[in-house]
Amino acid sequence: MAAVQETVEQVRRIDVEQYKYGFVTDIESEKAPKGLSEDIVRFISAKKNEPAWMLDWRLDAYRRWLTMREPEWARVSYPKIDYQDLYYYSAPKKKPELASLDEVDPEILKTYEKLGIPLREQELLAGVVRPEGERRIAVDAVFDSVSVATTFQKELQEAGVIFMPISEALREYPELVRKYLGSVVPTSDNYFATLNSAVFSDGSFVYVPPGVRCPMELSTYFRINERNTGQFERTLIIADKGAYVSYLEGCTAPQRDENQLHAAVVELVAMDDAEIKYSTVQNWYPGNAEGVGGIYNFVTKRGDCRGDNSKISWTQVETGSAITWKYPSCILRGDNSSGEFYSIAISNGHQQVDSGTKMIHLGKNTSSRIISKGIAAGVSQNTYRGQVTAHRKAAGARNFTACDSLLIGDMCGAHTVPYIEARNPTAVFEHEATTSKISEDVLFYCIQRGLSQEEAVGLVVNGFVKDVLQQLPMEFAVEAQKLISISLEGSVG
Amino acid sequence: MTALLEIRDLRAEIGGRKILNGLDLTVNKGEIHAIMGPNGAGKSTLSYVLAGKPGYEITGGQVLFNGEDLFEMSPDERAAKGVFLAFQYPLEIPGVATLTFLRAALNAQRKKRGEEELSSPDLLKRVRELAKKLGIDPEMLRRPLNVGFSGGEKKRNETLQMALLEPRLCVLDETDSGLDIDALKVVANGVNQLRSTERGMIVITHYQRLLDYIVPDVVHVLAAGRIVETGGKDLALQLEATGYAQYQNEAA
Repeated sequence: MAAVQETVEQVRRIDVEQYKYGFVTDIESEKAPKGLSEDIVRFISAKKNEPAWMLDWRLDAYRRWLTMREPEWARVSYPKIDYQDLYYYSAPKKKPELASLDEVDPEILKTYEKLGIPLREQELLAGVVRPEGERRIAVDAVFDSVSVATTFQKELQEAGVIFMPISEALREYPELVRKYLGSVVPTSDNYFATLNSAVFSDGSFVYVPPGVRCPMELSTYFRINERNTGQFERTLIIADKGAYVSYLEGCTAPQRDENQLHAAVVELVAMDDAEIKYSTVQNWYPGNAEGVGGIYNFVTKRGDCRGDNSKISWTQVETGSAITWKYPSCILRGDNSSGEFYSIAISNGHQQVDSGTKMIHLGKNTSSRIISKGIAAGVSQNTYRGQVTAHRKAAGARNFTACDSLLIGDMCGAHTVPYIEARNPTAVFEHEATTSKISEDVLFYCIQRGLSQEEAVGLVVNGFVKDVLQQLPMEFAVEAQKLISISLEGSVG
Repeated sequence: MTALLEIRDLRAEIGGRKILNGLDLTVNKGEIHAIMGPNGAGKSTLSYVLAGKPGYEITGGQVLFNGEDLFEMSPDERAAKGVFLAFQYPLEIPGVATLTFLRAALNAQRKKRGEEELSSPDLLKRVRELAKKLGIDPEMLRRPLNVGFSGGEKKRNETLQMALLEPRLCVLDETDSGLDIDALKVVANGVNQLRSTERGMIVITHYQRLLDYIVPDVVHVLAAGRIVETGGKDLALQLEATGYAQYQNEAA
C-alpha cells in the first residue's frame, strides 16, 4: 500500500482509541434545573453570592441574548442546539468554601492527577530538590462550572498578583472586576459571548499590578465532566502598567455520545508597557470515528492592548473538539502596541475547525504578526479565518500573516479566508498562504533512512508546525508535541 | 561465500508498464559496480525497487540480501539491515534540522536492530567528526534538511547520512546529476572514504565522468530493463565514445 494511503487508513481509525482523557469521574454534583430562563440566571448569581450589579449585568445579557440569532457564517455545520435541553450549572457537591487543597474531593484530585495536572503544590515542593530557576506553574482547576482549586495562592499574593476564581474575585475585589469585566468583550458582542455573560459560572481572574513580573506561569485547567452540561467559563486577565504575565490554558472532557457545549469568554487587558502571553492547548473530546459526540467549542477570546507599547501574544494548539469556532484577537489601541497570533490547528476524523484571529489596528505604529498552521486529515474541514484592519488613524500599522495548510489524505479540506482592510495609506500588510499535501516522496525518503511510517509522518508534521511550537512555554511545548503525534500518528507498533 | 546482493531474473513494472525485464546482478562485499545506461533503461527503477518504494510491482524474480529475501522486508527494515539509497534528488523537510533528522534516522535503525539509542551528545560528537572528515560545514547540521541547499550540499548531505548510518549496501542514484566538476570531486572523495571491504556499492550513472573519480570494479550496461553487457572499468570509457545506440537497437 502506498505510504500516504497507509497513513490515511491509520488516522481514520484512531480518534476514539486515541483519546486518553475520555473517562468520567463518578462524583455527586449539584445542578441547576435543566434549561435557560431568568430564574436560572438568578439561581447562578445567587449560588455565587454575587453583588446586585452583577445580577443586573447578567440579566441584561440574557435579555439581549433572547433577541440574537446564532451566527451561521462559519464553515461548520451541526444540528441545531436546543438551549433548553442543557444544564447551565453543575458543581461537585462539597462545601462551597475551601480552606485548603485537603478539602477538595479526593475524586477530583484523582481526576486531575490522571490528567497529569499538578494540583498538589506540596508534592511539587516536597521531596525533590528543584533546580535553581526552574519554572513552576500555579494552577486554577475548573471542574464543570466551578473552580475547585487554585495553587500557589500565597506566593502569588506576596508578589501582589491576584489569581483566583472569578466568582471569588467578584466578592473580594468587586470594583476591580467591575472596572474591566465586559470592557473587551461587551455583553452584546456576539451570540455565544452574550450567552456566556448571562450564565458564566466560573473561570480565572488575574490581576498583575504595575511593574510586577508575575513570578510563575499561571494556568487554568478546564474539565467538563457532567452529561448535558454546558461549560461557560469566563477569564479576565489584567496586566497593569509595565506588568508581565504568561498564562496557560488546558482542556479535556470525557467521551460522551452527545455533544457538549463550551462557550467561554476570555478578556485580556494590557496597559502601558505591559505584556500578556496567553497559551492554549485545547484537547476537548473530538467525537468518535463516525463523528458522534464531541465538544462544540464556541469561544470568544480577545485582548485589548489598551496602553502604549503594550503587547499581547496568543499561542494556541487546537487538536480537540468536534467543532472549533474561535478567533483570539487583538485590539491594538495603544500607540506602538503589538499583537501576535501563533496557531496550530489539527483536525482529524469528522472534526470541523473554523479558527483564526482578528488584528484591529487603531493606534499609531502598531504591529501584528500571524502565523497559522492548519493540518487536516480524515474527512475533516479546517478553515483559517482572519481579519486585519487598520483604522483611519492607525498610521504606520504593520501586519505580517503567513497561513500554511497541510493535507493528509484526499478527503479532507483546508480553507483560508482572510479579510484585509487598510484605511490608512501608510499601513503595510503582508499576507502569505500555502497549501500542500504531505508528500509521498518525502515520507519514502524518511522511511528509506529507517523511520517507520508513523515516525516519518510525526517528523514531517512537527517540522511543519515548528515555528509555532517554539512560541509555547517549554512545559507546554513538550505536551503539545506529544499531542500532535497522538492526534495524527495512530497507534505505534 | 554468500553474495551481499544477488538479483535473479528481476522483473518489475509501474502502472502496468514493464520496466525491468529479467535483470541479473551479483554484488559481493567490497565491490563497486557501476550501472550505466540510456534514459529510460530502468536505472532509477532498479534503485527504487531495491529500496522498496511504493508503487512498483514486482512481477518476477528474486533478490537476496545477505542470503535473505529482500522483498520479505518492509522498506524501513531494509534500511535497518543496511540498504542505503543516495537519492538523485534528495528531499527537503522544512522545519526539521539536519541533525534532528540524522538522530531520528540513526536511532530508528538502532531500535529496529535491538541496539541502544545513541544519546544526543554522543550523536553530535560523532556527526561532527564525520562532517569534518567529509569537508562539511557543521553549520549545515542546524539548517532544515536540504531546504535551500545547493546541489552540491544536498549530495554531500547524502554522503554524511551514509557515513553515519554505515550501510552494507549503498545504491548511488545518479549522484553526479546537477553537480559541477568541483562539487563532483568533493562528493566522490566522500564516497571513496566509505569504500570498505565490508561494504558493496552500486553506482548508477548516465555518464562516464563520475567513474573517473569513483573507480568501479565492474561496469554493467543496462538497457530496456536488462543487463546487456558487463566489463571492467574500460567499458565505461568505450561507452563514452560509442554511446548507447547499439544497445537500444539490441533491446528493441
